[in-house]
Amino acid sequence: MPAWTSPSSTEPRRPRRPLLLHPLAQPLLVLLGLLPLAELIWRIAADALGANPAEALIRQTGDWTLRMLCLTLAVTPLREALGLPALARFRRTLGLFVYFYALLHLSAYAWLDMGLDPAAVVTDILKRPFILVGFLALLLLTPLAATSFNAAIRRLGAVRWKRLHRAVYAVAGLALLHFFWMRAGKQDFAEVAVYAAVIALLLGWRLRGMLARRRSA
Amino acid sequence: KSVRSSLAGALASDTATPHKLVTTYNNYYEFGTEKADPARRAHTLKTEPWTVSIEGEVRKPMKLDLDALLKLAPMEERIYRMRCVEGWSMVIPWIGWSMADLIRKVEPTGNAKFVEFTTLADPAQMPGLRSRVLDWPYVEGLRLDEAMNPLTMMAFGLYGEVLPKQNGAPLRLVVPWKYGFKSGKSIVRIRFTEKQPATSWNVAAAREYGFYSNVNPKVDHPRWSQATERRIGDDGLLQRRRPTLMFNGYEAQVGQLYAGMDLAKFY
Repeated sequence: MPAWTSPSSTEPRRPRRPLLLHPLAQPLLVLLGLLPLAELIWRIAADALGANPAEALIRQTGDWTLRMLCLTLAVTPLREALGLPALARFRRTLGLFVYFYALLHLSAYAWLDMGLDPAAVVTDILKRPFILVGFLALLLLTPLAATSFNAAIRRLGAVRWKRLHRAVYAVAGLALLHFFWMRAGKQDFAEVAVYAAVIALLLGWRLRGMLARRRSA
Repeated sequence: KSVRSSLAGALASDTATPHKLVTTYNNYYEFGTEKADPARRAHTLKTEPWTVSIEGEVRKPMKLDLDALLKLAPMEERIYRMRCVEGWSMVIPWIGWSMADLIRKVEPTGNAKFVEFTTLADPAQMPGLRSRVLDWPYVEGLRLDEAMNPLTMMAFGLYGEVLPKQNGAPLRLVVPWKYGFKSGKSIVRIRFTEKQPATSWNVAAAREYGFYSNVNPKVDHPRWSQATERRIGDDGLLQRRRPTLMFNGYEAQVGQLYAGMDLAKFY
């Protein structure tokens, strides 16, 4: 068979675009990230939040904050371990979802538990260490969310931006402490242990990389 | 068969919490720490045969089977408020009799100052015992005069039916002016003692859970306020929490038990 009849030589070869770079990948991730909220709204409407709906809402928004945080922290290790540099572009979206669910968590608490009374919220936050710790985590997340767009990165410069965003490790520690303290009364640490293990693994992976770089330098 | 109680304070004027919520939102850690666990898992509890051993500082120690316990005193229906230490509450129509009826029968000696209640801890029936949340078995206790107060009740049923397993079948304590955890479920031993019993939650976290654990809006839990509560099933999602009442609204009946005591110290 002559070479020119071969289809591969006649049809121009279209470069294969990885699924991760598909233009719809980012919007899809946003939709996925909104699913937990959609489910909660549906359950409010259907009166399907159980016997104590207020508690369920406060807890689940907190759970989703932690889950989004774990996903965000997993991006870099997965990117390097799987050799998928394209994953990096999803980190910002996931990080903003951490902030989004943390804000929902705070709002649910302030509204449902504190009756939206600012004085009651402030007194409660100052009086209860476990709430204070959670609140600090949210405060610390705020500058990270505020500098998550490209212009901010340019203005800060990559080095300073990176340094600032390392605060997410402190946020992870505070969020875990918040959850641990909340469960301390019931001495029910099974779920806390799962999140702690995941976060320890993700941060431990970074620490190992840092030490290896230092040794080789 | 039971009659409406004529005891002062025994019929809360509040609307009773729907049966479904009373029997699906439970703290019964022997069957798991999630509220929905007991209703899903307590079917493994075997309530017959059942014997309660009454021992310690009594002239007439005895072992009573369920039949004897059911006949010990006339059954009464009482509608009590139940305030959980976690900040929620219910109103439950219990069926049972005053603990005082049993106490008189066994004749406590002069040494008896406290009553200790031990609940069932059988790993074969209770999957939650695998967790080390508390030291099993679960133990609760009252001062003898608290146990003698007519409001203190041994319950065998609710909503006109036999006590569901997730609510502490076949018999449980109900002490309506104290946080719910003081009311032990599935009781197997009642011991009269001279010394204050070591109670489970107090042993686990003394700073958070005192021996007395009277409902008190002015004494906060270290991690949350006790000034308000959410009534399960009654308060809408966006409704403000309702104020918690001193001694859960039973001050007229039990206030004298604590005359002169510093309730912030003896929490």
